[in-house]
Parts: sequence; C-alpha cells; structure tokens
Amino acid sequence: MIIFPSELKKLGILGMNARNIDYIGKCNDRKLYPLVDDKLQTKQLATQHGLKTPEFFGAVEYQGQIKNIEDLLPKKSGFVIKPAQGSGGKGILIIHKRENDIFYKPSGESLTLIDIKRHTSNILSGLYSLCGKDDVAIIEKLIEFDEVFDGFSFEGIPDIRIIIYKGYPVMAMIRLSTSMSDGKANLHQGAVGVGIDILTGKAISAVQYDRPIFHHPDTGKELLKLEVPYWEEILYLACGSYDMTNLGYLGADIVLDKYEGPMLLELNARPGLTIQIANSQGIIHRLSMIDEVSVTHENIQQRIDFSLKNFKNNV
Amino acid sequence: MTSKLQIYLFSFLLIFIAVATMAYKVKYLDFPLFSGEDKSIFNIEAKIKFEGTGENAFISLALNEEQDEMFVYNESASSLNYGYTTAQVDGYKRAEWAKRHIRGTQTIYYSIDVIEDSSYISQKTKKYISSKPLDMNSIMTQATIAIMDDAEINSADDLSMTAKLIEKFAKEEPTQAVGLFKRRYIHSDNDLRNTLVTLLKFKNVQVRRLGVLKLKDGQKNVKLTPMLEIFSKNRWQLFDIHTGKIDRPENLFVWQRGGVSLLDAEGVINSKVSFSISENAISSRRAALLKSSASEISLMDFSLFILPNESQNAFKQLLLIPIGALVVVLLRVLIGVKTSGTFMSVLIAMAFMQTQLIPGLIMFLSVVSLGLIVRSYLSYLNLLLVARISAVLIIVVGIMAVLAVIAFKLGFEDAITITFFPMIILAWTIERMSIVWEEDGAKEVFMQGGGSLIVAVLAYFVMINPIIQFWTFNFPEFLLAVLGVIILVGRYSGYRLSELYRFASMVKKK
Repeated sequence: MIIFPSELKKLGILGMNARNIDYIGKCNDRKLYPLVDDKLQTKQLATQHGLKTPEFFGAVEYQGQIKNIEDLLPKKSGFVIKPAQGSGGKGILIIHKRENDIFYKPSGESLTLIDIKRHTSNILSGLYSLCGKDDVAIIEKLIEFDEVFDGFSFEGIPDIRIIIYKGYPVMAMIRLSTSMSDGKANLHQGAVGVGIDILTGKAISAVQYDRPIFHHPDTGKELLKLEVPYWEEILYLACGSYDMTNLGYLGADIVLDKYEGPMLLELNARPGLTIQIANSQGIIHRLSMIDEVSVTHENIQQRIDFSLKNFKNNV
Repeated sequence: MTSKLQIYLFSFLLIFIAVATMAYKVKYLDFPLFSGEDKSIFNIEAKIKFEGTGENAFISLALNEEQDEMFVYNESASSLNYGYTTAQVDGYKRAEWAKRHIRGTQTIYYSIDVIEDSSYISQKTKKYISSKPLDMNSIMTQATIAIMDDAEINSADDLSMTAKLIEKFAKEEPTQAVGLFKRRYIHSDNDLRNTLVTLLKFKNVQVRRLGVLKLKDGQKNVKLTPMLEIFSKNRWQLFDIHTGKIDRPENLFVWQRGGVSLLDAEGVINSKVSFSISENAISSRRAALLKSSASEISLMDFSLFILPNESQNAFKQLLLIPIGALVVVLLRVLIGVKTSGTFMSVLIAMAFMQTQLIPGLIMFLSVVSLGLIVRSYLSYLNLLLVARISAVLIIVVGIMAVLAVIAFKLGFEDAITITFFPMIILAWTIERMSIVWEEDGAKEVFMQGGGSLIVAVLAYFVMINPIIQFWTFNFPEFLLAVLGVIILVGRYSGYRLSELYRFASMVKKK
C-alpha cells in the first residue's frame, strides 16, 4: 500500500532526502565525522568529557603489538574485541568468560589465545572495515545484561538509540535483537525497534521490518510493557555527546550495564529513519521546534527540560 | 535560501545554455536534430582541354556564382605548373591559368563540391546586366515583330510571354516566322537560347543567359545546359528553353550566368570545357560539419569532430555515461531503489550495450552466482581484502573463459562478447554481494542485486536509445542540461517513492 506524500508531510515524517540535505548536510561538518566513525576516538573523547563508556582495556594498533595482547586482556571478566571502524557489528568477538588460557564465547564455543590473536590480526588488516582500510582493534569490558530487559531480547544486549538535534534529545527507541536478526540489534536484519517516550522512558509502540508489532517474536513478551530505567541519566549521557562532538544531528547508542548503569556505546552521524515508525510519529515537528529556540538554552539540563516539556508522546 | 536560489539559477542556466546551443546548431549550422537524414554531396569537375601552339597560354574559365539553396565548398584547381589565380572580371568570378610556351595536349581540372541546402541564401545577387541586341536585317525584324506581337497578345505579363515564346519554338510545325529563325539561326540549343534572349530583349524583357548543370550521379563530359532567366515581380524566374518555366529548380546548379563567355583561351587552339558530376551520399550531420568547417565557424574548431575517428568512437561511449548516471540519480533519489555500489549499474549497462540485453543478463547472472559460490568458500580461508579481491578476480576470469568456451561449443556465439564485462567491476560486485550476504542476509542481496540490475537495464534502454546517442555525441552541450537536472535533483528533499510505502503503516493507524 502506498500513501500520498501530503499525508506524510502532515505527520511531519522526515524522508531520506530531507534528512541528508536539511539535517545531516547542514548540521554535521564532514571533518567531524571521524570522531564518530572511529570508535576509538569516540571512546577517548567521551572519557575526556566524563561520559561513561564500557571500561577500556586497551587498543591494538600494529601487528607487532599482538604478541603482547595477553597483557591487555582481563584475567577474570568477559571482554569484547572489536574493530574501531567496523560496520554492522561485523568483526566483534565476544568473550563471555575466561578460564586460564581458554576463552569462552557466549555460545559456549571455546577459543585459545592463538584464535584471539588471529582475530585481532584480521581486524588490524582491515578484514572487517568495508573499504579494507587498516584498522585498530579495541578491547573493552563486556556489558552485563540488565535483568529489566529479561525476555525483551533474544541473545543480544538491547541498545538505546536517541536522536540528538543541536544538543536536544528529540526521539528515542530501544532496539531488541531477535533470532531473525541473529542476536544483532540491526533493524534491517529483523531486530525489533520500540519507540520510547522521551518524557518517561516507557515504550510507546514497536516495529519490526517497518511494520507494527506488539509481542517479541521469540519470547512473546508484550513489548509495550517495556520501561527503560535510569532514563534521566540516559538522556544526560546522550545530550553530552553533542557537546563533545559538535555534530548537530546525531544518533547516540547507549547500553545499560547491570552494575555500571547507562554507558555510551557509540555514536552515529547518519542515524536512520525507522525511529519515527517505532514512535508512531514524525520527527520534523520536534526538529523545527528546536530550530526556533536553540539559542536560548545553554546547558544540557535546560535542553533536556525543554524536550521533556515539549515532546510529549501524542499517541 | 540563497543557496537554494543559486542552485535553481545555476541549473536552469546550464539547461538554458544547452538548449540554446542546440537550437543554434540546428537552426544556423543546419545540424539535424535526429539522425538518419541523408544528404547528397555532388562533386562537379570542369575539365578544360586544349592544344598548345608554343605560345604563351592564358586560359580563363567563368566560375559558378553564389546560388540560393546550393552550398559550395572545397573549390580546387589542379593543373601542372600553371600559374593559377581567381579574379573578378566585370563583376564575375573567373579562374585564370597562365603558362609560357605550351606545346601538345593539355588538361586542366577545376572542381567544387556542392550540397543542396534549402536554408542557404547566397550572399549577394548580381544586378541585371544588359547586353546589346543583335543586328538583324529587315526580314528578320519583320519576323521578330510577328512572333513577339503574337506572343504578347496571347499573354498577360513577361513570364507568360516568355512561356508562350518557348512554346512557339518547341512546336513540331512552327509558324512561318519561327521557321525562318530556326532555319537561319538555330543549329544548337545554345543558338535557340540566344535567339530567345534576343527576341525577348526586343520587347524589353529583362532576361539573362544561364549555363546550368543537372546534378545527377555519373555524368561525364557534359556541357552546360543553356537556360534563361526572366526578371519579373522582383525575382528571377528560371526557364528551360524547351519546356518552359521551371518552378522548383531541384538539382539544377547554375555555373554560368549572364553574357560572359564560359571559356576564354589565348595562345592555344581546340580549347573546350566539359563537366563531370558524381554524387555521394553523406549523413546530414556530416554535411553540416562540412558546411560549418567551410564557413570557419569557430564553435566547431573545438568540437569532438576534429578528433580522429577512433577517439570519436570512444567518446561516443564515454558521453553516454552521464546519461546512465542521470538514470541512477533519478532512481535512487526519487524512487529510492537500493543498488549495490553507486555506479556499478551504469558500467553493467555499458557492458549490456556490447553484449545485447538478454545474453548480457544471462552471462552477468551466471558469473555473479558462480562467483558468489566460490567466494563463500574463500571467506572460510580468512584472506586479507586485497588478496581476496584478487582471488575473486582470477576466478571471474576463469568463469568467463569457461562460460565462453561452453557456450561456443553449444552454438551460442553471443557468449564471446562476455569479455565486454568489466572484470574488476564483476569481482567487486561479487565481493560486495558476499559481504552483504554475510552481514544482512540473502534477502538484502536480492534486494540490492535486483535493484542494481533494474537500474542497469533501465540505464541500458536509455543509453541505446538512438536519439539519446545521437544527441550526446552531436550535441555534447546536451550534457550540460543533464548536469543541470542532476544538480536540481541533488537538492530534492521530498519523499522517495519507496518511503511512501515504508511509512504507510504510520498513516493507517491514525
């Protein structure tokens, strides 16, 4: 079924062309892109600005450093080795548990140190960056699954995406992995997107493959019951990413750690449009409200207050 | 806002320049807007033969005058060791050859090329030059009065009087007066024409003589056909001396006009001039080029046509790429088709142009699917990117060779054109597809692959369109219009067609 453009316009739905020209093109300076495209830079910047990220164990830049990689790996806790410029979750090696020299993946498969070194070597030589550029491997602590999301996600850890426009939180959703998405939180692979009320952190509506959905396809859990804890803190973290990167139109990806709370995982300078479907509303009205006031609010708290006051979910 | 205005101004300016240049070329340089219009080009060669007597020779040939609807270029004289000049004598252009102490039979050639061109208007028109009436004795004067009075009574004006006169002379059984003229003066067509002129002058008709060539292929050693022209109602009207008025002088080329002699020769004997005419068909585009280069239109000095033929053909292909790019831009920005790689589709379309569509599609699909199978094995080997692409490349070459051989054995000779597929592009396509397969699943591969193929097929159909091909090469400025459109589309911030479907569920709910 196809609808008229005028109806989309009435709902204030942002299309791909308008996103590229009016928002990304205008607000995101190209030279700032490496700050978000390179996850190592994002991480270092976030640490400087006091934004919490998963604990950093180290980075491997040169093949020569690989032989000493063991010094970087934690003795007990789980960890993740990922390419700094990987895309689509490729090349991420998750080690759930370590017993002496045996490393266990979440699936139970066991690896040796040699396997880990080979994986790291592959990352450095650009196997997982799409254009084949030499890359850097980041080693960081594994996020512990928070029980509030029990039953809402299949295997993977849910990931909260908040659109930040000129420092104001605009719209939020949480991405839940499914068996279809193979444990990944990528919407076009079949992950579920649940729109989250900016005011309360509660679910508004949910979507899979751009179509409405009410129950998690694997667990059957009612998606609208979902409520994200530490909501205020999450908003704060997300808005801080604007002050740290100066990118005007930004998607902040935040995860919840069972023990450490909300942490900034990565940033995206070209956030997708499905968040509007997940929220059952267009984003343009909110963006233009911000355009009208953006000079008047100076600090994060004022900007968040503005969004809380104005961006009531109207479904 | 100003930047948006600039975009509009800029792109409309580009489009305007393109259209204006095209219009100029069509209107004033006579470029055809569509291909397939052929024109004839006639080569007229005047051969002058004479015998030298040992004296200094001076040969002078009356040259053709400017003529409406006949475009003349490439005038050339070939004569061994003669001093050659062109000169204006009594307002008429003549070619003049001179040489000392000539002996034996000599031949001089003078040739021109002529294109019939309905839009060509001659630069200047000659004034009517009157020559003295012939001397006639009283019997002839009596006969003249008898003939001309009768002609005048039975006609309304100079034109119809001339027609009547010609008719009188053409009759099998002429009147007594006409018979007298015929017997006494008329022994050739030339005499007939001259007699007609003399008679017409008696009634003060403005008349002049013409020597005309009929433009017809394969004519050898022909003489100028004598004709005459009457000035009436502010224009000259052509008459055939046997059949009368010629309304549409098609394929008639006036070489000699007025009373001047065609050939003057001094110091030689037995001089005569004859003409031969040959016709060649050339495309009207080539005709336009010839004309413009002859008129030294500087615009053409910087056109693609000055390149050697081989590079021209290469450019014919290259100039189509922007058209393919336009198709890609339109489909991606306005429709929202997902493709793998930005311009891969255009390159595939270029390959289709060489292989034909259906064989091309079959070959492309078989190479890519075989490649994907092999590539999936390669991914187990965990090779580095450059090595992996190179491996895929070699496999692509192999697959192409094997397919070509098998198909040839089976009798599909089309399969040999498989070499037109850009191998590197195929290898990258396979690589990208296999990454997409691993990351996003088979569905995405079919979406992107199918999207790319749809775009490629559409681009192919646009690029093989003869009009498009003709325009991009003959009017390269057409590409400015394409650029203008692409810039305009580049600022289109409305919805894509695919988004009308994607966001449909949001409206349904309300």
